[in-house]
Amino acid sequence: MTAYAYYPGCSLSGLGKPYDESLRAVFGHLGLGLEEIPDWNCCGATSYMSVSEDKAVALAARNLAIAEKRGAEVVAPCAACFLVLTKAQHMMAEYPALAAKVHTGLRAAGLTYEGRAVVRHPLDILVNDVGLDAIRAKVTRPLAGYRVAPYYGCQVVRPYGTFDDPLRPQTLDRLMAAVGAHVVDYPLKAHCCGGSLTGTMEEIGVRLNFLLLKEAKARTANVLATVCPLCQYNLEAYQGKMRHTFNEDVSLPIVYFTQLLGLAFGLSPASVGLQRNFVTAEPLPAMA
Amino acid sequence: MRNGTTHCRYAEDVNPAFPAEIMAKPGGEALRDCIQCGTCSGACPMSVHMDLTPRRVIALTRAGLERDVLESATPWLCASCYECQVRCPRDIKVTEVMYALKRRAIEKGMYPKRFPIPVLAKAFYNMVATHGRNSESRLLIELAFRTNPFSLLKMAPIGIKLLRTGRMALGQDHTKNPKEIKAILDAMEES
Repeated sequence: MTAYAYYPGCSLSGLGKPYDESLRAVFGHLGLGLEEIPDWNCCGATSYMSVSEDKAVALAARNLAIAEKRGAEVVAPCAACFLVLTKAQHMMAEYPALAAKVHTGLRAAGLTYEGRAVVRHPLDILVNDVGLDAIRAKVTRPLAGYRVAPYYGCQVVRPYGTFDDPLRPQTLDRLMAAVGAHVVDYPLKAHCCGGSLTGTMEEIGVRLNFLLLKEAKARTANVLATVCPLCQYNLEAYQGKMRHTFNEDVSLPIVYFTQLLGLAFGLSPASVGLQRNFVTAEPLPAMA
Repeated sequence: MRNGTTHCRYAEDVNPAFPAEIMAKPGGEALRDCIQCGTCSGACPMSVHMDLTPRRVIALTRAGLERDVLESATPWLCASCYECQVRCPRDIKVTEVMYALKRRAIEKGMYPKRFPIPVLAKAFYNMVATHGRNSESRLLIELAFRTNPFSLLKMAPIGIKLLRTGRMALGQDHTKNPKEIKAILDAMEES
């Protein structure tokens, strides 16, 4: 059994709980191990980087150092965590002065980091390690009737993701098609949801997310699949405000791609945390 | 943003050291290569909300007009989507430049006042430095108290849904030994 070092990040025990549950369920079903990185700390997200760059890199590097010692590839499902961990690696490799400072910090905690950790997103692992044929073989309930808008957001594909095109990604499209869904053409698939700005600058965020959903609807999607806890939250939680602000109903179930995979594998809605979504299983298209 | 839009720039508004200092930051190196094509502004999902577009921020930075840039909302409205950066034909790391500007604005206390984004960044920074992990709900509540307490009322319907679906962690999460995080950060401070 392949075992990965799991970096859930802060969101996956709160807003992103159904992402954690469905990821564990799907990996378990495919015989992939997920061992949580012991005593991981927050990646720092975009906020830490806005205050102190070298300390932001050091925070990320502490997790990489712990993972490196265990020798397993790191799985980071949250887009912000994935970005920050890979960014920290790039910065340490490209800027020796910054790296030296980070090493000084790590030494104070009895840690060393040699730059060998490999950080992966679960989408990459499922498509490129497990493979679409093996995924297809596990499908017991193909997602017929599901018209999926595949939404990647930004930070999984830009700028450090190497497994897909940074502007016109395809991995999620292929994965969703492999489990029997109809994948709609969705040109906004890698456009931004506003990230944490939707919490701080609500009007701006609500407009961005409204546009994303309006386009998904226009493209006849009846469900939108996400790969990031903040995208999922922004697109889901503000649907009432969108209706109120723009006087147009763009409501759509917003689910994690791992939840859809789990359903296709025949796992129960509860085991993939579907009851935790605001728009629950009921409005999802009926199972074939 | 003094006196609306009628301000003229004079030599005294220029900090001649500013461009070189930003170019010395990681990601700022290629700033001199900018051809002002505007690809960054066109790609940016936020530019319609900005007082200065990303292209103008780069031009003003290179001109040394530090105050215009640091008092602008633009770096703070950057959501880090990196679309400008991957599209830039001159390989300028526009998103990283925005980060460098945010940090400098905080250092110099020049960011736009009563603007919730730097407030969130600092609250987040302090929470992680103290506890090693961040707790989203606590962070949002702290942010509301520091900027607009009435916004908590508006947030209540979403908060109730999060509670009902078990997605609001009310406790402060932390690493086993938050002192270890502090040791890392302190050692860097001293180095």
